[in-house]
Formats: sequence, structure tokens, C-alpha cells
Amino acid sequence: MTISALNRKLLRDLLTMRGQALAIAVVVAAGVSMFVMYLSNFDSLRSTQQAFYQQQRFGDVFASVKRAPASLERRLRGIPGVAALETRVVATVTLDVPGLEEPASGQLISIPAGRRPEVNDLFLRRGRWVDPARPDEVVAGEGFVDANGLELGDQVGAVINGRLRDLTIVGVALSPEHIYNIRPGEIFPDDRLYGPFWMDRRALAAAFDMEGGFNDVALRLTPGASSGAAIAALDRLLEPYGALGAIPRALQLSHWTLESELTQLQNFGFILPLIFLGVAAFILNVALTRALALQRPQIAALKALGYDNLALGWHYAKWALAIALAGTAAGVVAGVWMGVAIIDIYNQFFRFPVLLFEIRPAIVVQAAGLTLVSAAAGAFTAVRRAVAVPPAEAMRPEAPASYARSAVETRAVSRYLGITGRMVVRNIGRRPMRAAASVVGIAFATAILLVGFTFIDVIDHLITLQFSFAERQDVTVSFVEPQSSDVRYALSRLPGVLISEPQRTVAARLRAGHRFRTVGITGTSTDATLRRIIDMDGTVIPLPSNGLVLSRPLAEVLGVSGGDLVTVEVLEGARPVLQLPVAGLVDDAMGLSAYMEVGTLHRLMREGEVISGAALRVDARAEADLSSTLKQLPAVAGAGFKEAALRNFRDVLAANLNLSIIVNVFFAGIIAFGVVYNAARVSLSERSRELASLRVLGFTRAEISLILLGEIAALTALALPAGTLLGWGMGVWIAEALDSEVYRFPFMLSRPTVAWTFLTVIAATVLSALAVRRRLDRLDLVAVLKIRE
Amino acid sequence: MSVTPAVVFDVTDLTKVYRMGEVEIHALRRVSLRFHEGHFAVLLGPSGSGKSTLLNILGGLDVPTSGRVLYRTDDLTAAGEAALTAFRRRHVGFVFQFYNLIPSLTARENVSLVTEISDAPMDPDDALDMVGLRPRRHHFPAQLSGGEQQRVAIARAIAKRPAVLLCDEPTGALDISTGVVVLEALARVNAGLGTTTIVITHNSAISEMADRVVRLADGQVAGVEERTDKRAPRELSW
Ligand SMILES: Nc1ncnc2c1ncn2[C@@H]1O[C@H](COP(=O)(O)OP(=O)(O)OP(=O)(O)O)[C@@H](O)[C@H]1O
Ligand SMILES: [Mg+2]
Repeated sequence: MTISALNRKLLRDLLTMRGQALAIAVVVAAGVSMFVMYLSNFDSLRSTQQAFYQQQRFGDVFASVKRAPASLERRLRGIPGVAALETRVVATVTLDVPGLEEPASGQLISIPAGRRPEVNDLFLRRGRWVDPARPDEVVAGEGFVDANGLELGDQVGAVINGRLRDLTIVGVALSPEHIYNIRPGEIFPDDRLYGPFWMDRRALAAAFDMEGGFNDVALRLTPGASSGAAIAALDRLLEPYGALGAIPRALQLSHWTLESELTQLQNFGFILPLIFLGVAAFILNVALTRALALQRPQIAALKALGYDNLALGWHYAKWALAIALAGTAAGVVAGVWMGVAIIDIYNQFFRFPVLLFEIRPAIVVQAAGLTLVSAAAGAFTAVRRAVAVPPAEAMRPEAPASYARSAVETRAVSRYLGITGRMVVRNIGRRPMRAAASVVGIAFATAILLVGFTFIDVIDHLITLQFSFAERQDVTVSFVEPQSSDVRYALSRLPGVLISEPQRTVAARLRAGHRFRTVGITGTSTDATLRRIIDMDGTVIPLPSNGLVLSRPLAEVLGVSGGDLVTVEVLEGARPVLQLPVAGLVDDAMGLSAYMEVGTLHRLMREGEVISGAALRVDARAEADLSSTLKQLPAVAGAGFKEAALRNFRDVLAANLNLSIIVNVFFAGIIAFGVVYNAARVSLSERSRELASLRVLGFTRAEISLILLGEIAALTALALPAGTLLGWGMGVWIAEALDSEVYRFPFMLSRPTVAWTFLTVIAATVLSALAVRRRLDRLDLVAVLKIRE
Repeated sequence: MSVTPAVVFDVTDLTKVYRMGEVEIHALRRVSLRFHEGHFAVLLGPSGSGKSTLLNILGGLDVPTSGRVLYRTDDLTAAGEAALTAFRRRHVGFVFQFYNLIPSLTARENVSLVTEISDAPMDPDDALDMVGLRPRRHHFPAQLSGGEQQRVAIARAIAKRPAVLLCDEPTGALDISTGVVVLEALARVNAGLGTTTIVITHNSAISEMADRVVRLADGQVAGVEERTDKRAPRELSW
């Protein structure tokens, strides 16, 4: 097969412009790899999740209750739309895990004897089911077992009903309810410290005085049945037995977290590639327009030789498509590689039987389609302009470019500029649209870098906010049952405790019209020094003596604002139903929270100074001592140590977050380099004749470099502030897209971040300027002047 | 000299006006001319007299403001862009003053550029042979002298065996001896293939190798001279 002369020209042109072509292809590849990575991960997670839900019969509605008689089960099954139902006994206990210093906690969940659960069935990874004849056998969650290096047959100590019992792990399992495991009230998951355990129903009921009863229900609905109606019916039936409020699957903690991750993947999967492919199309357009401008005489000659518009249009379109295809191919490979790495990370947080990276051909096709479309769009105007060249132009010498003094170039300025400065200014002024295009390109790179760097800041800010402003305690203790205020004094006498601040959290359903959410209302005192209400800027929000303070997103969910009344259905104790005003909103960063003054809370609950937990400031030297003491206390359901949480966060989450941010920053650097390098190369090829002539006239290399590089420097100087603005807009947009009930990201620019961004862009500029300067030094005067291109 | 050769170009009242804002430039004013098959014609005239404009219109690169051009029986002035492209592709070979080679293609590939889109082309190597450049066929334009580049351009123009060869100052940028080599190539094609050839030049010495000399002045035909004593390029006195 022979390659036609025109295609040979295409190949050689591409080869000559390989630097530029490569720079554009890499930007395309960056966009494509993100597209492939995010959307394939979305697909992989989604399909794995659905298969797992299906196979294990994941519930549609969940409810907790204080204690309901087993006889109620028949009536619950009678609720219209219920397809399957499982009543359970669920309890949270403190665990003493061999080799683990801090106390861990476990959620004990009953499983029926002799049959598999109808709802939320387990996936037994290894070992066996529990033997109903041996009450101390448990099946443990895989995450917990792996994180603590436990084996089948190992034992963990559990404080059950005031007695320390050794539970023997006979099986390791996964459950659709516990794909994501987080201890209620914590912000970051830690598999070492919290996990689910499944126990025989009779054994568990006996341990918690639940014989002949249950305290938890999970049910599946027939297709098409409304979960709202089922929840209402369930609540009505459970009401007399201390219902804590049924929730739909959408609010189930594990599912909710997984969904919010999926939404983010999907959003990112579109937003980021969109930005990158947009930039790629843009520099492609600039590069192609300029390259084709240089080829005008060639185009005219080809037309004079009898090539028609279609052939030439296709010839130059192929130029763009070849770059796009190369970028797509590289991007798909990189995307798969990153996707596999990220799936590995997901496997640390989400527990599925198998979560493998899979890539649908459709995604590759879409990526290719998207890049080809954006490349075609980028090429379109350039190619159209090129084929419009009249063939008679081939017969004419090139008209000298028309220059003019620009408006800024007054006499005073001129004198100051010198000859090189004047050439720089006139050259920018001659093609203001072109100069603007380069400025926009560099501004985009600046913006992407700025956003990438800022998100590193934001994560850091969130950590600081959480651990240094909002939660200043060293240890957070929660109790199995609310305790009388005496416990406070008991707590302050524990080893190493310096300050102890009581905490009262009450489960309640907040309702406004038909909208509702079940949350814990946290009662704190106005003079709290450890746990405080902090907004995103780190400002302490004063606690009003009356009414509720709500997280902004909670208020949005409920559709209320300051001053509105909310119905509060307390789900504990005397279960009062109250109308409370929203006294304030807090623009906080994580979760959905509701706060009120603890005294008011006690009064409304018609209770004494009971506490459900405490925040402790502890002498660091006594922490080990304290944790082993806490492990033994039957009243304690869990104790969170800040040090451990921080370490865990920094080790795992932050490392992973930073990985993806570093990848983004790297890609942004590619854009910066790509844009600047392209702009410089195009100027160089466009003006090589002029610059060579100047050299012949006796200008030095340094002087002609100054003309070319001065222009780049001037454009970069213009682009930096423009990019800062653009980045700010983009950041706000992305932060909004990421906004979820789980996390909110405040987007704020800090001066050091802006400075780093500028330095990075300038470094990329200098690098590409150096690369161009090298070419400038090798400028072959004879060759340049001989050829009329 | 009994049979008059067929008319290749029949030009009637050809006018070309360039409008630049308020100013009108009359590049051609009612020019009427004929060019015959197999002839070697030379267009002479001072700078700005309209030579290139006429040649461009003959070659279908440009369209006149008014008047008519017949190529044999086809009316070029009525043809659309697609038809003009087809006309150029099938019948016309161009040699430009500034060579206009594609710098990224070798000499041979520049010639292939044309042979690939023509019906009965020569072998590119044979075309290069005719201008004596076969040994340099793998060289890029930047590796060739100006005259050599011009000879490649001629090879490119003749490779499709065009019916007409249009050359705009093919020797303008060349020295005498190189110019002679280029002209010899043109003469050989004209004689060997019977290609109707029209050459623009400032050099009136070149008219001595022509069958016909057309003088233009200020956009009008100032004189037409039929010649019978054609000389070989070598014998021209510059
Ligand atoms: N694109 C154009 N726009 C405006 N005027 C033009 C254009 N092309 C040619 N002209 C004018 O038309 C006139 C004839 O031009 P043409 O190029 O045909 O001259 P020429 O005889 O080839 O001159 P030369 O020997 O210098 O090449 C000139 O006055 C020229 O300025
Ligand atoms: Mg001319």
C-alpha cells in the first residue's frame, strides 16, 4: 500500500509540529483519562452495587424501635406492599480487640437460626455460619477482621449487659447494609474501630433481654410499592413500642454514602473532562489556525493544482483528528490505569464481594466521540478559513503584514519601550484576537491549577476546622443508655481526664410540611469549650437559649429558614412532639446536624441532667491508661480518640484525596505547558522569516529571543489575573457540584495558593520558552530565507 | 503552414476590475485574444500591466469582472468553482514565480501530488527526468537551489500531461544560465508533448523562442507579434 503524497504531507507536517501536536494530544489524553476513569469507576461501582443488592436482598425500608413484641411481626407483614421482612435484635457494644489499644465498638445483629435472612442476607466470605447451640459464636464483618489482622477462631472481648464475654469468630461475611462502615457520629470511617457482627438471634436476644421481642426491622417492598406509605404504616404500628422512625433506603447510612460517592463520580466524570476537552479544542483551534495561516501559499498552490475544497478540508481536518485519536488512545490507557488504582482505593472503603474495574466499550466510544467532536469543533473555523483561500494567491508574493502603532504606544511610552519593546507591543496589537486567545488559554491553565491547589487547601482547612476548632476534645465517649449526671463526676475521675464536658444527643425526626429527616439533636451548653458549633470559616456560632440551630443543608432539605417553626418528634423517652423555632443556621462542612442548648433540651424532654456522652480533654501521657479503663466500662458504647482518628484520616483518606488532587494538578500543569508552548511555537514559526532577517541585519540571538519571549511574558502577565478570576468561578462551580449532605467544600482562595499557582504557570512558561529558545538558537538563517513557505 | 491550429483559448472583451474601497483598479480593459494549440506564447509588459491577472483567469484561478473566456468550447466565465477546479485538475499545469513547492514533501512527492489526481499522468520520475532532476528526486525543497526548485515546479506542472502550461515569470528569480535550463525544459515539453504554453516574462529576449508574443500595457493589448524564426533557449541573447 502506498501513502498518497497528501497524506505524506500530513504525516510530515505532524512530525514537524510534533512538539505542539504532542502538547495538544496530552491535554486531550488528560481529559479522556478522567472521563474514562470517573465514568468507568461509576459504572463498576454501580453495577457491583446493584448486583450485590439484588443477590443479598437489600432492604427498602428500615426501622428501629425500643422493644417490640415478636407477635407484632405478623401485623408488620400485613402492611401493603411488603414483599419480605426480617425482624432483628441489634445492639452496639464496646469491644476489646487483641492487639488494639483503643476500645472498638461493634454492632451486633441477629441472624435467624436454620434459615438465611429474608432481607439483608449475608455473603459468607469464609468460615461458616454460627451454631445456634453455641451462643458465643459470631460471624464478623470482613473490614473489621482484615483491619485488625484477625483470623477465623480468634476471639474478641465484648461488654454485653455489663459482662465481658469472649466472642469467637467462626465466619467472615459481607452485608449490603455495611458496604460502607462508619461508627454513627464519626466523620471518617475506621475499620479497625468499628464493624458489624452477626450472632444467633436467640443468643443475642438473651444477652439483651430481648427474648420474645425485637428492636429492628428491615423490609423489602414489592416493585412499585411506595416506601412513603410503608414508612407511615410502619411508624404507626411501631409507635407504641418506642419507634425511632423508619427510614427509606435512600437514608440508610451505607447506601447514602455510596450514593453520594457515585453522584460525585458522575459529576466529576463530566465536569473535568469537559473543561479539559474544551481547553484542548481551544488550543487545537489556535494552533491549527496559525499553522494553516502559515500554509496559505501551499493551500493556494494545491488548489491551483486542482485539489478541491473537500479534499483540502478533509486533509486539514485529519490533522486535528489524528491528534485527537492519539490523545484518546493514550487517555484510555491512562484512564484504565488510574481507574484500576482508584478501584483499589474504593476497595478499602467499600466492602463488596468483588469490586473489579470494568470498562464498557461504550465509554471508550463516547470518549472517542467526545474528543473527535471537540477536535472537529476546534478545527472547524481554522479549516474553513483555510479552504477559503483563493487559488490565485499562489501566484502572488505574500503581502507584507500590516502593522500599526497601537493605541497604548504614545510617544512617551515608545521612548521607554525601545525597539524590541515596540515590536512586542505592535505584534500583540496587530492580532489582538490572537493575543486574546493565548491569554485565555494560559488563563485556563492558571484556573485549573488554582482549583487543584485550592482543593488541597480546602481539605486541610476542613481537617483543621474539624479537629482544632469544632472538636477540641481528645476523647469522645458515648454511652449505651443515657446516664444520670453522676456519671460526669465518674468521668472526671478517670485516669488523665482534665476537662469533661457532658453531651446529650436525642434522636428526633424533624418535620416541616411533608419533608422530614431523622437526626440526632445535640444538646451543648453555651459555655462549652471543647465541642462547639463552627461554620465553614471557623467562626463559633453562639448557641441561642431557645430553638434549634440547623446545618444549612438540613434547613434546605426541610425547606425552612431562620425563624420558621419545625415540628420535632422526639424518638426517645416520653417522645414529646414539639414545635421549635429555627433560631439559627450554621454553614458547616459535614453532615446534617441540629443543635440546641442542653438545658432547654432537658426541659423539653422533661428529664434531669442526663447525658448520653461526653467530650474529654485528656493528659496525653495517660491516654493508654484511659483507653484500657474505658474498654472495661459496661456503660460505654464507644470511645473515639482524636489522635487515632487524625492518624487514620491522614494515613488513608488524605493520602487518597491528595493522590487524586495531585493527578489533577499534574494535568493542569500539562495544560499550562501545552498552551504556552503552543503559543510560543506558533509565534516562532510565524515569524521565523522576520527573526532570521533581523539576525541577518545584525541582531544578536539574545535580542531576537527577547522579541519572541517578551511577547510570551507579556501574554502570561495578562493571563495570570484573568486565570485567577476564571479559577475562582470554576472553583465555586465545582464546589457547588460537589455539595452533598455528606460534605460541603468551602471554596476560598488564599494568597499562598495564588502565589504557588502563579509560580507554577510561570515555571511552565519559562520551560516552554526555553524549549522554544533552543529552536531559536538553531534557526537556520539560510534555509529560512530561501524558502517561501 | 496551411492548417491553422485549433484555438485553445478564445478571449473576448475580458475586463477585470479590483475594487479597493473607493478606488477602482482596472487590471484588464476589454482584452480580446486567441491562443492556439501547441503554440509557445510569451506575455510581455511593464509591471502592473495585467499579465498575471490574465494568466490567472485563463488558468481558472480567478474570474473576470466581465467578458468571456472559452477554453476550446467550454465557457470558463460561466463555470462555477467546482467546474474550475475540475478544469485545472484535468487540463492545466501551473508554474509559479515563487515555485510554491510543498516544503514538507520531496521533489518526487511534490510531483506525485499532481500525478495522483490526474487521469493519464507520467511517471513522476520521468517528469523529473525531463527537467534533469531525477538524481535529486528524494531531496526536499530546502535542499535545492532556486533554479532546481523551479525545475521541480515545472516537472510538477507537466507530469499530468496538461493541455496547457501556464508560467508566471518562471525565470524571474533566476540567473541567466539557470534560466536557460528552465526555459529548455519548457521548450522540450512544448515541442515534445505539444503542450500549449503561455509564459509571462519581463525579459523580452525570451520572446525570441516564442511562436507568438503578446504585449500588454495598462490592461490592454498593445500588440501581437507572430514569429516564425523561433530560437532555442541557448541561442537567446539576454
Ligand atoms: N488582489 C488585488 N487587489 C487589488 N489590486 C490588484 C490585485 N491584484 C492585482 N491588482 C492590481 O491589478 C493590476 C495588474 O496586476 P497584475 O498582477 O496582473 O500585474 P502584472 O502585469 O502581473 O505585474 P508584475 O509584472 O509586476 O507581476 C496592478 O495594478 C495590481 O496592482
Ligand atoms: Mg505578475
